[in-house]
Amino acid sequence: MPKRTDIKKILIIGSGPIVISQACEFDYSGTQACKALKEEGFEVVLVNSNPATIMTDPEMSDRTYIEPITPEVVTKIIERERPDALLPTLGGQTGLNVAVALYESGVLDQYGVQMIGAKYEAIKKGEDRKLFKEAMKRAGIDLPKSGFAYSLSEAIDVAKEIGFPLVIRPSFTLGGTGGGIAYNIKEFEEMAARGLEQSMIGEILIEESVMGWKEYELEVMRDRKDNVVIICSIENLDPMGIHTGDSITVAPAQTLTDKEYQRMRDAAIRAIREIGVETGGSNIQFAVRPEDGRMVIIEMNPRVSRSSALASKATGFPIAKIAAKLAIGFTLDEIPNDITRKTPASFEPTIDYCVVKIPRFTFEKFPGVDPTLTISMKSVGETMAIGRTFKEALQKGLRSLEIKRYGLGGDGRDILPYPEEIGENPHRDKILEKIKKRLSIPNAERIFYIRDAFLWGMKLEEIFELTRIDPWFLKNIEEIVQLEQEIRSHGPKVKDLGLWRGSRSLQQVQLPTPLLRKAKEFGFSDIQLAHLLGLDEISIRKMRMEKGILPTYKLVDTCGAEFEAYTPYYYSTYELENEAKPSSKKKIMILGGGPNRIGQGIEFDYCCVHASFALKELGYETIMVNSNPETVSTDYDTSDKLYFEPLTLEDVLHIVDLEKPDGIIVQFGGQTPLNLAIPLEKMGAKIIGTSPENIDRAEDRKRFQALLKKLGLTQPPNGTATSIEEAKRVAEEIGYPVLVRPSYVLGGRAMEIVYDDPSLEEFVKRAVEASSEHPILIDKFLEDAIEIDVDAVADGNRCILAGIMEHIEEAGIHSGDSACVTPPYSLTDEQIEQLKQNTYALAKELQVVGLMNVQYAIKNDIIYVLEVNPRASRTIPFISKATGIPWAKVAAKVMVGKTLSELGIDREVEIRHIAVKESVFPFNRFYGIDTILGPEMKSTGEVMGIDTDFGVAYAKSQIGAGAQIPTRGRVFLSVMNKDKRPIVFVAKKLVDLGFELVATKGTAKVLMNNGLPVETVFKVGEGRPNIVDRMKNGEIQLVINTPSGKKPKADEVAIRSQAAAHNIPCVTTLSGAEAVVNGIESLLKKGMSVRSIQEFHQEAHQRISL
Amino acid sequence: MKSQPTAILALEDGTVFEGKSFGFPGEKTGELVFNTSMTGYQEILTDPSYKGQIVIMTYPLIGNYGINKEDIESQTPKVEGFIIKENSSLFSNWRGECSLSEYLVAHRVMGVEGMDTRALTKHIREKGAMKAILSTEDQDRNRLIEKAKASPGLIGRDLVQEVTCDTPYEWKEGLLSEFSLPSPPPSPLERQMRVVVMDFGVKYNILRSLRQLGCEVIVVPASSKTELILSYQPDGILLSNGPGDPEGVPYAIETVKELLDQKPIFGICLGHQLLGLALGGKTFKLKFGHRGANQPVKDLRTGRVMITSQNHGFCVDLESLDPKEVELTQINLNDQTLEGMRHKKLPIFSVQYHPEASPGPHDTQYLFEEFIKMMKHYSHA
Repeated sequence: MPKRTDIKKILIIGSGPIVISQACEFDYSGTQACKALKEEGFEVVLVNSNPATIMTDPEMSDRTYIEPITPEVVTKIIERERPDALLPTLGGQTGLNVAVALYESGVLDQYGVQMIGAKYEAIKKGEDRKLFKEAMKRAGIDLPKSGFAYSLSEAIDVAKEIGFPLVIRPSFTLGGTGGGIAYNIKEFEEMAARGLEQSMIGEILIEESVMGWKEYELEVMRDRKDNVVIICSIENLDPMGIHTGDSITVAPAQTLTDKEYQRMRDAAIRAIREIGVETGGSNIQFAVRPEDGRMVIIEMNPRVSRSSALASKATGFPIAKIAAKLAIGFTLDEIPNDITRKTPASFEPTIDYCVVKIPRFTFEKFPGVDPTLTISMKSVGETMAIGRTFKEALQKGLRSLEIKRYGLGGDGRDILPYPEEIGENPHRDKILEKIKKRLSIPNAERIFYIRDAFLWGMKLEEIFELTRIDPWFLKNIEEIVQLEQEIRSHGPKVKDLGLWRGSRSLQQVQLPTPLLRKAKEFGFSDIQLAHLLGLDEISIRKMRMEKGILPTYKLVDTCGAEFEAYTPYYYSTYELENEAKPSSKKKIMILGGGPNRIGQGIEFDYCCVHASFALKELGYETIMVNSNPETVSTDYDTSDKLYFEPLTLEDVLHIVDLEKPDGIIVQFGGQTPLNLAIPLEKMGAKIIGTSPENIDRAEDRKRFQALLKKLGLTQPPNGTATSIEEAKRVAEEIGYPVLVRPSYVLGGRAMEIVYDDPSLEEFVKRAVEASSEHPILIDKFLEDAIEIDVDAVADGNRCILAGIMEHIEEAGIHSGDSACVTPPYSLTDEQIEQLKQNTYALAKELQVVGLMNVQYAIKNDIIYVLEVNPRASRTIPFISKATGIPWAKVAAKVMVGKTLSELGIDREVEIRHIAVKESVFPFNRFYGIDTILGPEMKSTGEVMGIDTDFGVAYAKSQIGAGAQIPTRGRVFLSVMNKDKRPIVFVAKKLVDLGFELVATKGTAKVLMNNGLPVETVFKVGEGRPNIVDRMKNGEIQLVINTPSGKKPKADEVAIRSQAAAHNIPCVTTLSGAEAVVNGIESLLKKGMSVRSIQEFHQEAHQRISL
Repeated sequence: MKSQPTAILALEDGTVFEGKSFGFPGEKTGELVFNTSMTGYQEILTDPSYKGQIVIMTYPLIGNYGINKEDIESQTPKVEGFIIKENSSLFSNWRGECSLSEYLVAHRVMGVEGMDTRALTKHIREKGAMKAILSTEDQDRNRLIEKAKASPGLIGRDLVQEVTCDTPYEWKEGLLSEFSLPSPPPSPLERQMRVVVMDFGVKYNILRSLRQLGCEVIVVPASSKTELILSYQPDGILLSNGPGDPEGVPYAIETVKELLDQKPIFGICLGHQLLGLALGGKTFKLKFGHRGANQPVKDLRTGRVMITSQNHGFCVDLESLDPKEVELTQINLNDQTLEGMRHKKLPIFSVQYHPEASPGPHDTQYLFEEFIKMMKHYSHA
């Protein structure tokens, strides 16, 4: 069937900001969809609030709305654009939920918009657990025993009927939020109550626990002619009971016989037909009881999912792209397989390697959060590795995680010692006990504890009992451990442990060549081998070179080599034949950012993708290296070549050796590739753009200080320290409060504001552990200063500012967590001019070629330079979308020798609209934790609000970030003493806008003294009903709560965490409060209208004639 | 870890690969082919169509779920040798009874691991399936190459006689019920349909599939004469799959010719090729064949695409058949070769792939029902 001609204009809804369970995989799928639909000649209208996405690049769609993804806003867009169809299945749960809401409210009918891909009924059947259960029963597919409940008493009845342990799953939430496993009635009541609250429809499903069963996923696609194919099977290493997003997963399934696999395939096909997903992809999860093979279906996502992205990268079959083409009427056999070109997409990919996906957690960012892994997802990113064996892929995956681990163990980073180091002493039992605990309670490090368990003599069967991880996986892990021991037997003896790494010379090590080769085949990194043998990494590399043990590169080709593949998508392995064919073209290699984590997210992937696009435009061959399966950068058609590899020195050098690129870009992928800059350069690789030497000048505190002095720029008084005594001395010199942090970190890891000696001591102890190789940095903390981010691009001669962003929150809150506005709203022309001049001077001095980000603070009219980063910053995508100039592309072209004037960039862009960036936090995932912001970054994503009015732009940013900005109702105020005077103006405005005020005693008194009507409310512990009760009752629509001291108070934490749990907007800074009230006023007086960024950009560019 | 003997694979074109033996030691020749299925190694090992062939699995991790009693397609492994990347040292499955290695050793089949099976597969893809030798006994590479060259190969050879049954027998067993999803019971037959299966190396799942639908199944040797076959008064005849070159079994072609206008006939794989030859067509050898569980086949009448399980090195030339007599019903979407045909006048149809799956998808199992419909219709007529 050819494509449909009855529809011409299609609306795609994106997934909004990056949050836990909805990350950049939906940018990947959305980008593919936009490209596919445009390619077929459709007019594409896109809505997505996340500016850091490739899909919101103006070229990707005809009209791009960077607007909040709410039913109200999307209605306005539909009203304005009148699309013929809506494709709801590519924007994750957010897109699906909004599509459902638009259907239910009649908007789609009213404007004659049809849903393509999946109809409303199919979405409901897939998403509504009750309908799903009925459908599966009709299809003859077994399910876990279960019952629904709409109240706590109903829930208890169901629980009693099924028996413990029980799983509680709230219907219609993101990624299983609020779900849990209850072992007793007390736990059950708590979870059921929370689940009922969090479900959009107040419904929970209570299920027979299938904990410990084997978990599988199938990625299924269907077309209009009812052709159904399975794209990929995935087996979770971690059994049922751990969210699949938090599980180590493996493709393809490893421990199913063909009979079992085909039964699962049959069930998946029946399921997609019964649910009625017309066209496109679905993800279906199954559980299999290992004792007897009983198979039950767990759930189905009637849309493209995180696993679809993984399956696409794992097989080379672009699920989202094909799904988009199926939605517009093509059938699978009409679409060619891009990789083989000659064969059609109507087939089932077969792979000849093993893929391992490992989740990336950031519990260290959220002290106090329970790090136990459950059915509610907690990871913030993932990495994928490909190897010819599971052992190889697992170890490659572990070293891709960016957690300073270089494999399963023996890398100098092991948590526990070797047994013989301990000998026969009382610690032995304690250690074994610890291991057992870590095995039985799922946690982020469990995989490493499995190694320890084997090392400490536990038997495979025992480990299976504790973990329920399939013996096949355990056996493979055991084999890695055994080989580690064999290698170690050639290294220094335990008594010489003091002589670790680099202590021996190559001549002292007699490692049989076959053993070295086998170690590489098992995925051991040079760093692991170095530690085990008492050498350093480079010596191992030399040893391998001498023995000719080098990696080979194999193709990901969808077909197990049955057909010739035309797409250069490679992974490394130690085999006979190398398939990579370096060309003789001019080529540039771009190093990506690895797994998403807080502080390093989609923004950097955006920059890498732009670098690739820009250099392709200039005729270069582009080579991407990255290990993150969720990204656009690892789409095989983003760059000319893709190496899906860990971003370690060893792995990158291998590719450099083979490809011999003319230049490497390390400045776009965040800290991960930046850390490789100097080591790579030392090994003779050519880094282009700003030199690693100058990057170091900006990063190294002492050198930086000298640089600022030379330029006559001011920085807050500061010093460095390597000991507690030194730290105290520096703090005394510059005066408290001080901002302390370890050097060389991104995302404000372990950064803190300290007010006195004891807290400084406490910090130093922790920080030294966090980063022993680098000193601690101590800066004077500028209280109440205005913080400013400047992004600029320079070509070695000229420097042009991409934009100046004024933070809404005052200095002291991590720049990645602050809201910011461009153009700045409270700076004078003189200040702006001074910022420009300072930036020019810095760019010149550092001989910046490419991007540079400078953070400034202004206090008492003095401009301080806080930080200079001559590399891509997190704000580059935002400023690019705000100004309509793709700054990362400009910078990439500059880095290969273009001048700014050649590129037509000869002055700063002035925009008349206002763009606000707001950060999005994972607090609703981590029940009960404080939501207060500080110098340690906690946000996972961002949104943009754009309008001609500041208040509206700010309100849009808040709504886009998920806050329900009220336009009437009751506001709760409780502020620190310092804020009590200025809060009066905020409160007065709220009253003028028609809000009622409630406040705790102290704040209430100040407001009353100023003649404002205010109701006093109890703090927690003062009496009932207290403020938390009032919040739970839905009587509070906005919380303004600024922290009252150095340490958060328990009752304030309760207020803020309740606000997060009930999705009540909670403002924790005075400046934030002012901005919110400003936004509310604009919403009330002007209302909200929508406009595409193409329109905004056109206006801006008409003025600067670009 | 115990040391494994070195095994050498030498190809007739002079290419040599080295690996480690995990099966029975020895020396075997055969045609070297690859299979791209990711599951089902036990079914593949026991599929009689692999007689005379050394099979490479493109999926690297094999042996993971061991070997069980049920998932066999004939009593013993039929491959001449089995080449994989990594043999699992532990098997994990609730039905698993022994390891792949134990199974191969017990049946004296050579198994080799540690080869770059992808490089090997690419070599076959580019140069074509070819004669090869696998040896743990002889380390002299040149001598092995010579032996490979001198080995008989498949062309014109009758491998069927090595795998067909000796005497007729009745098959009683249906499909494994635990692996079928519940479905409406087949419409009751007025009387049981009797099918004679010509065993050219039949896979048990063909027999199980017929039984499952209520047929009485009688299996006869490949060399059975028309009279014997008809003496069972069958409602239909199934021409089974089997190994090697269809032109290597001229006697079977003759029998099929005689049966053409006698009874409804359903041909599968080699059975389909024999039918093609009997209908006056020609067969040719594919460069490296189709072996795997992901082959897309399009039904030209409905436009539907089915994912099929395949194992064949020869193919019926679609140009060679008389369009007045034979309708081409299905084609392979990867290379546009013939996958299915139907006689325009007689109750005869056949497919090149394996509707009985095992291993592979169940998309085309409905063909057995169609066969039954055809037999019923014909028995009324």
